[in-house]
Amino acid sequence: MSDLLLDVQGLETQFRTPDGIVHAVNGVSFGLKEGETLGVVGESGCGKSVTMLSVLRLIASPPGKVVAGKAFYRGQDLLQMSDEEIRHIRGAQMAMIFQDPMTSLNPVMTIGRQLIEPLMLHLGMNKDQANARAAELLEMVGIPHASERLSDYPHQYSGGMRQRVMIAMALSCNPQILIADEPTTALDVTIQAQIIELVKRLRDELGMAIIWITHDLGIVAGLAQRVLVMYGGFIIEESQVIDLYANPSHPYTIGLLGSLPRLDEIERQRLFSIEGMPPVLYNKPTACPFAPRCKWVMDRCWQENPALTEVSPEHRVACWVDVKTGKAR
Amino acid sequence: MENTHQVLLQVKDLKKHFPVFRGVFQRQVGAVRAVDGVSFDVYRGETLGLVGESGCGKSTTGRTILQLYKPTAGSVVFDGINLVTLKGEDMRHMRQRIQMIFQDPYASLNPRMTVGEIIGEPIMVHESAVTAKQIEERVAALLNKVNLNPAFASRYPHEFSGGQRQRIGIARALALKPDFIVCDEPISALDVSIQAQVVNLLEDMQQELGLTYLFIAHDLSMVKHISDRIAVMYLGVVMELADRANLYAEPMHPYTQALLSAVPIPDPRLEAQRRRTILEGDVPSPVNPPSGCRFRTRCPIAEIGLCDLSQPEFREVKPGHFVACHKVS
Repeated sequence: MSDLLLDVQGLETQFRTPDGIVHAVNGVSFGLKEGETLGVVGESGCGKSVTMLSVLRLIASPPGKVVAGKAFYRGQDLLQMSDEEIRHIRGAQMAMIFQDPMTSLNPVMTIGRQLIEPLMLHLGMNKDQANARAAELLEMVGIPHASERLSDYPHQYSGGMRQRVMIAMALSCNPQILIADEPTTALDVTIQAQIIELVKRLRDELGMAIIWITHDLGIVAGLAQRVLVMYGGFIIEESQVIDLYANPSHPYTIGLLGSLPRLDEIERQRLFSIEGMPPVLYNKPTACPFAPRCKWVMDRCWQENPALTEVSPEHRVACWVDVKTGKAR
Repeated sequence: MENTHQVLLQVKDLKKHFPVFRGVFQRQVGAVRAVDGVSFDVYRGETLGLVGESGCGKSTTGRTILQLYKPTAGSVVFDGINLVTLKGEDMRHMRQRIQMIFQDPYASLNPRMTVGEIIGEPIMVHESAVTAKQIEERVAALLNKVNLNPAFASRYPHEFSGGQRQRIGIARALALKPDFIVCDEPISALDVSIQAQVVNLLEDMQQELGLTYLFIAHDLSMVKHISDRIAVMYLGVVMELADRANLYAEPMHPYTQALLSAVPIPDPRLEAQRRRTILEGDVPSPVNPPSGCRFRTRCPIAEIGLCDLSQPEFREVKPGHFVACHKVS
């Protein structure tokens, strides 16, 4: 276990809403190795973002609350740290980039000021050093005429360039872990391809570990080494990337892959559709959360929630059914 | 496309410019050339996909065809009648035959109307002879058709999920038994597993009712899945048009090639082998598009002295395969 950079165990996060308590994350455990790229896949409301925000202690409380679990970063539990301690980790050791680069940048501060802030705060640079480093960072993420553009405001940048700025900011203190929460969802495909290419290059140069949250199984296929699939606040499948696409074993993963049209499809096939819709969990599920939409559902699925179980080396699935045979595991 | 290739809709040199005003006297200082000379035919019973990145004018094209925007120039001939010159009662009458499904299932349904009123309204407006009872029956039949419970007619839009709302939007579009439906990014706002449900429904409706679709989207894999022929737009003009198999097997325009190579494929083995054409920079402003070919500023094979001088003609290079590029012979 000691080779894990990040080790999350039994994480549970809830939100208090007018309609009741929403159980967003219901006992999630996973590890991240040094330099590894981990894809986290799932649809809206599956708990993928909340899991990572909980680890970084970015859940607003109230209404949110991390009610259980541990998250060890280099042996220290992030969830037990004081606010002061976590602030030294966040931004410096672990950084995050978000989906919407416009709302994550301060519109009334120049790009330069926003970039030098973490440098002065975490690395103790003086203003000149920070300015020089900021220009270097912008250059690194491929912004032309970087030093001149430091005095621009976010609205003077295009969407793709803003996301590059976010990446520059996140990488400014050489973090060990970069958490990317759907950073390309708001971008066009050609710009998305630019950003993914950039992240891959920087990963190889800087060697940080990446957690890439997305709903797009296509992006994960080309970027991640290992994948977690989430549903209803649980990890329902975990595997090396090749094995996940070759042998998807959870009915939800199978459905998700089947519902994607593929660019390389030759004959038109009817898309596989998962009927029904994802649950909103006002009660912590005691049965399998996917049971109402599952084709393979059995009696047991309605009574007990299956735990993640290893089905082949490094491939774990939370399902009572072996979909290959259609029988109970 | 084995059928007779009977042209239902003919769009010719369609232009839509939005004026830009500035200063105290609000003088017109320029125009956003959102659609700048677009021509294509849509055959009866087919789905024509219209793809492109944000700001390429695909949605404006759809809306201008429906005369929701008054075209700046060009003609839109629907079943032999030019919609651009049609006025008043004649246009109103024509609207029964051409309908639209919108992108945002939250904004396109009036929150103060029940689902029954939303779907029944077009019937009430266009068919003066119908009784309330008949409308009720037809609404129930339409709800059934889009796989929603007819009892939902008395409920309000906020009680439904995104996918269900999109079904309501489809039922409304079908209410007047149209021939032609413009689907403006109908699935972009939906989760992956729900997208497949809606696409399957659209395909079923087309089969059952012999509908013709103009399917506008930015998701190339989905467009390829649903369309018979595909038009690729960039900065207000169509760059390439071909049937789905040809466009994907032999894309001729460098923009189409780049666009296709940017789409991730959900298969890690394939992704590892793919070579990407990464386009530099962003889409230029449609207020001041580049001279000559609009794509030349990002084009990997652009030639000074050729591509910057004249706009390439949109011509048929092979039967049914149209390209606007100087470099394609």
